[in-house]
Amino acid sequence: MRKFKEFIYPLILLSPALAILLIFKVFPIIYAFRLSFYDWGIAGERGFVGFLNYVYLFKDPFFWQSLWNTFMYALFAVPMGIIISLIIASLLNRGIRGLGFFRTAYFLPVITSIVAVSVVWKWLYNPQRGLFNYLLTLLGMSPLKWLEEPRGIFELLTGHSLPMLLKGPSLALFSLVLLSVWKSLGYNIVIFLAGLKNIPNVYYEAAKIDGAGPISTLFNVTLPLLSPTTFYVAIMTTITSFQVFAPVWLMTGPPPGGPLGTTSVIVYYLFQKGYEEYQVGYGSAIAFVFFILILTITVIQKTVLEKRVYYEV
Amino acid sequence: MKFKGRILKGIIYIILSIGAVWSLMPFLWMLSTSFKTPAESIQFPPTWFPKIFTVQPYITVWTKIAFPRYIMVSIIVSIAVLIGVLITSLLAAYAFSWFNFKGRDTLFIGILSLMIVPIPVYVVPLFILVQRLGWIDTFQALIIPWTASVFGIFLLRQHMRTIPKDLFDAARIDGCSRLRFLFSIILPLIKPAVITISIFNIISSWNSFMWPLMVTNSDKMRPIQVGLAYFSQGESTNYPALMAASTIAILPLVILFFIAQRQIIESYSRSGLKE
Repeated sequence: MRKFKEFIYPLILLSPALAILLIFKVFPIIYAFRLSFYDWGIAGERGFVGFLNYVYLFKDPFFWQSLWNTFMYALFAVPMGIIISLIIASLLNRGIRGLGFFRTAYFLPVITSIVAVSVVWKWLYNPQRGLFNYLLTLLGMSPLKWLEEPRGIFELLTGHSLPMLLKGPSLALFSLVLLSVWKSLGYNIVIFLAGLKNIPNVYYEAAKIDGAGPISTLFNVTLPLLSPTTFYVAIMTTITSFQVFAPVWLMTGPPPGGPLGTTSVIVYYLFQKGYEEYQVGYGSAIAFVFFILILTITVIQKTVLEKRVYYEV
Repeated sequence: MKFKGRILKGIIYIILSIGAVWSLMPFLWMLSTSFKTPAESIQFPPTWFPKIFTVQPYITVWTKIAFPRYIMVSIIVSIAVLIGVLITSLLAAYAFSWFNFKGRDTLFIGILSLMIVPIPVYVVPLFILVQRLGWIDTFQALIIPWTASVFGIFLLRQHMRTIPKDLFDAARIDGCSRLRFLFSIILPLIKPAVITISIFNIISSWNSFMWPLMVTNSDKMRPIQVGLAYFSQGESTNYPALMAASTIAILPLVILFFIAQRQIIESYSRSGLKE
């Protein structure tokens, strides 16, 4: 009876959750790892091939392109998202009136579905009839091709064609970055507001007594004390940026990933290979490279957080 | 000094308003287009407000396409997943926080570590599994794989741990069974955590896209986001109908947002705070 109480009973309580997680999460994860060493295409499983899928992967220019696009996407989405939301959060934190209204307005995109906003933004980006090009012409600028523009944003800005490393993301990919900054703004603001509220007022009073101006206070008090929050937002945005999928499927192309493959990101490529083309083994190899990337980011987060990026209050 | 302060306030309001306009503008444009005629929607320069106000796009979306069916599928899936997650998480969290058994902490850490594996990593094998089970294009495929949540278990456990153990002894003396204790005493005490989980779950079920895209292939099993996605590919130039469809697809969550705004924002805000 005691044994029942101590072991069997909690096991019964755990069993529904454990069963679901084992069957639909743990098993597929292990299975994905195993599959990445198998030749499994449309024709079915054709045996163990060792690291061959990975070898092909490293020779596959489309894989490298999708990896590069993913990095470019994150490289622009993360800092832009942080800077804009940090500015707005610090302004909202100054005890202004209408805080509720502003917070609601900024937060609305967070809860709306990525599918619906992709459909709406594709319409906004329409080269002939879209609102964005209309606004550009109102400002006296020439219209852009947005999602259909394969040239890099720095090429468009300078007017010259540039080498790979310098041309930046294509305007098409950058259009997706703008959408992601817009969509996650409200979430980041809410996290930053919580972080700002956690900074004790005494620091600001001390800074005031020492005669620090607003700029000096920002750089010497607010930003250092806010660094754990900023770091958290940076990591979360990086991880979600690496997983972007729906906007590529819905807004780019046809075929998705275009123009010229400049918006093909890693999760889209994984979906294309593993599901659409049913190259399960190859797709699983992509999945594992993707997983290692996410894991690396998580590990960086852990080590940096343990070193404490902030000063202990 | 006072003058300077006023200018500063003015600048702050201007920046914040620009931000708010930028956040809301796509929605306003969506609404405006959704009440236009197809001809007016592609006029250039565009009209800010529909000159001829029509609800025809909504009627088209509602009657000619399986939209009511998509919405019903989404509602059924969202509710079923939510019930599943709440039951499995409550029971598991109860075991992890109120019972001492061998290997408890190892098991808990093992479950927690699943959180770092994003869905795309295992989505293809999961698809194959569901295919082998014969679940393609069924409610089972849309619901069952998502009825356990690591985050749910984690959050409920954190809250259950804060409840003093004396409560249990008192309840036992009154002859309260373990399960009754969970549902009639613990549950009311951890209501905020249950609300947070429910909010995240409803939002993510309603908005989920990649998985339902993979496992459904008939119109009658498509949830709203997949239905909208296919509709947007088929009718890529009927802008008023597309915008009306998008409005319908986001409306239920927008309504929920306005009803439970405080809880929703607080839930997101708390999820970012490291304990």
